[in-house]
Amino acid sequence: MEKEPQLVLNFLLNDLVDCIYLLPIGNIAKEMLCFLPKKIEMRFDYSSEILEKIGIPERAFDLKRNQYSSTQILRNILEFTPENALKIIGLISVDLYIPVLTFVFGQAQLNGKAAVVSIHRLRQEYYGLPPNNRILLKRLGKEVIHELGHTFGMVHCWDTRCVMHFSNSIREIDVKEDKFCESCSKILLSKL
Amino acid sequence: MKEKPRILVVDDELIIRQSLSDWLAESGYEVEAVEDGFKAIGEVKKKKWDLLLVDLKMQGMDGIDVMREAKRISKELPVVIITGYPTVDSAVQAMKEGAYDYIVKPFNPEEIDLVIRNIIAHQNLVKENIYLRQELKRRYQFKDIIGKSRKMQEVLVLVKTVAKSNSTVLIQGESGTGKELIARAIHSTSPRSKCPFVAVSCAALPETLLESELFGHEKGAFTNAISLRKGKFELADKGTLFLDEVGDMSQNTQADLLRVLEEREFRRIGGSELIKVDVRVISATNKELEKLVKEEKFREDLYYRLNVVCIQVPPLRERREDIPLLVEHFLTKYSIENKKGIEFIDEDALRLLMRYNWPGNVRELENVIERAVVVAKKDFIGPDELPPSVKGKPKEVLKSSVADHNLSLQEIEKRHISQVLEATNWNIKEAANILKIDRTTLYNKIKKYKLTKPA
Repeated sequence: MEKEPQLVLNFLLNDLVDCIYLLPIGNIAKEMLCFLPKKIEMRFDYSSEILEKIGIPERAFDLKRNQYSSTQILRNILEFTPENALKIIGLISVDLYIPVLTFVFGQAQLNGKAAVVSIHRLRQEYYGLPPNNRILLKRLGKEVIHELGHTFGMVHCWDTRCVMHFSNSIREIDVKEDKFCESCSKILLSKL
Repeated sequence: MKEKPRILVVDDELIIRQSLSDWLAESGYEVEAVEDGFKAIGEVKKKKWDLLLVDLKMQGMDGIDVMREAKRISKELPVVIITGYPTVDSAVQAMKEGAYDYIVKPFNPEEIDLVIRNIIAHQNLVKENIYLRQELKRRYQFKDIIGKSRKMQEVLVLVKTVAKSNSTVLIQGESGTGKELIARAIHSTSPRSKCPFVAVSCAALPETLLESELFGHEKGAFTNAISLRKGKFELADKGTLFLDEVGDMSQNTQADLLRVLEEREFRRIGGSELIKVDVRVISATNKELEKLVKEEKFREDLYYRLNVVCIQVPPLRERREDIPLLVEHFLTKYSIENKKGIEFIDEDALRLLMRYNWPGNVRELENVIERAVVVAKKDFIGPDELPPSVKGKPKEVLKSSVADHNLSLQEIEKRHISQVLEATNWNIKEAANILKIDRTTLYNKIKKYKLTKPA
């Protein structure tokens, strides 16, 4: 079946216009993803789209730590980055680490193109609590904006309510909001 | 602008160096990473660091050796030992040798973040403590206002009276007469004495910097404004703000200052929030503000705002009877500071000091005594320890400048300053020392005579 004219136009435009892509890695429920493009567009003022999922790269798995190297995952994400991608953020359900830390909620290339967020420790179940999708989505939204913020060169902010505040514990994620504080908004504006 | 805290990572594993550096950079720290102890020591010698993160097991110098050597160079430098092979013995040894902490790789992000934040906060406290100690030392110098002359006694009575009130004070006097000392004395005897005394030199900063200095700026307000910075008005809240060389303020800044004085509120540069402050303003100048008002270089309304109470500090030549007392005071001060047992000044030397005109006022006298104490080889100061300018060889000193009898006094001053600047290769500090004037005054003179550094 032939594509409708508007769809063809959208397709062509997407090839030309800078876009922030979401890349599901492994099995990620659709409901986890569908709210994110709108949130990203609202915060960064760029269009955002979800790409086809890719498999979890097994070479990133560390048998001793029983975790996946987020640095390795970032490299993998870059291999699947479309040409018109301004930024790309991978979403993964497994636990991530960097060599010096016991875990990370996500990782980004500071001032770079790619970022990744893990859902593993954002779930209530990880902390022995009953599942709660509303809380999980809130946390995921904040972490996606936070890591994308790093790709735009934003560093951590001391304002506990700013989305760029440190994400070293689930408490810190829950306390902060999913938006930039006034100062960070100004800085972001100058970087966009 | 506040600098980013600087962290040096020392680890022989590339992957650890990279991931730790990247992670710390995301938090806004300035990070450098080196692979061995020798390079680390080189870095410690070269630059100032706020924290060293050192791996315990490395080839050549191990972490403990690096820490020992680094602390020998910079005693206060905090060091955190990191290791992938923890043992009780190594932990005990590290702490005994002075490590701030001992952390096991891989780190819990919350734990390492807390350790680093605590260290940086501690470092900031140390810096603040040093600043406060210096302030306290200066504050006690109220006793440095010495003078039994009638003119100085009148000034001191006025100081004590105005200290109790909340009025704005304008201190006028030549350079070196001790205007800041008077301002500090007012503050330290006022009900605001437990709150900060914040001094700003209006002459030392260009217009835009002065505005940011006075009112602060928001993060991102302009290029390089990477973090929010409180201005002196905010820092001086509930205390006293001392505006030195207020006559050098630009018209724009004068207007902003007037608004704050009238409304007691302002906005940081780039900010929208109105900030209310309770600040007493004491200003000082060596210029005739009234004349500047007539020339329309200084706002009349601001002049009246600042000049609620005016204190005129007399030049030293108008209170010569205070010289022996001041000499005795500085002699004791510098004798102690230089660990010298100078007991007295002989009559001939004192006569020379009494005869000299003291264009640099008390500051010049203090410098002369300090120099005399340093060079003295006996237990007293004689004429030999005094500089030629004081010993009264003016003809020789100004020979080159006064050779032409048609020159005005201003022209002589201009030429002399120019010669001194040339001789010191435009080293402002050195030139100011030779001229026995403070740097701010020298900058003012350079501006006034339009002197420029040769390319």
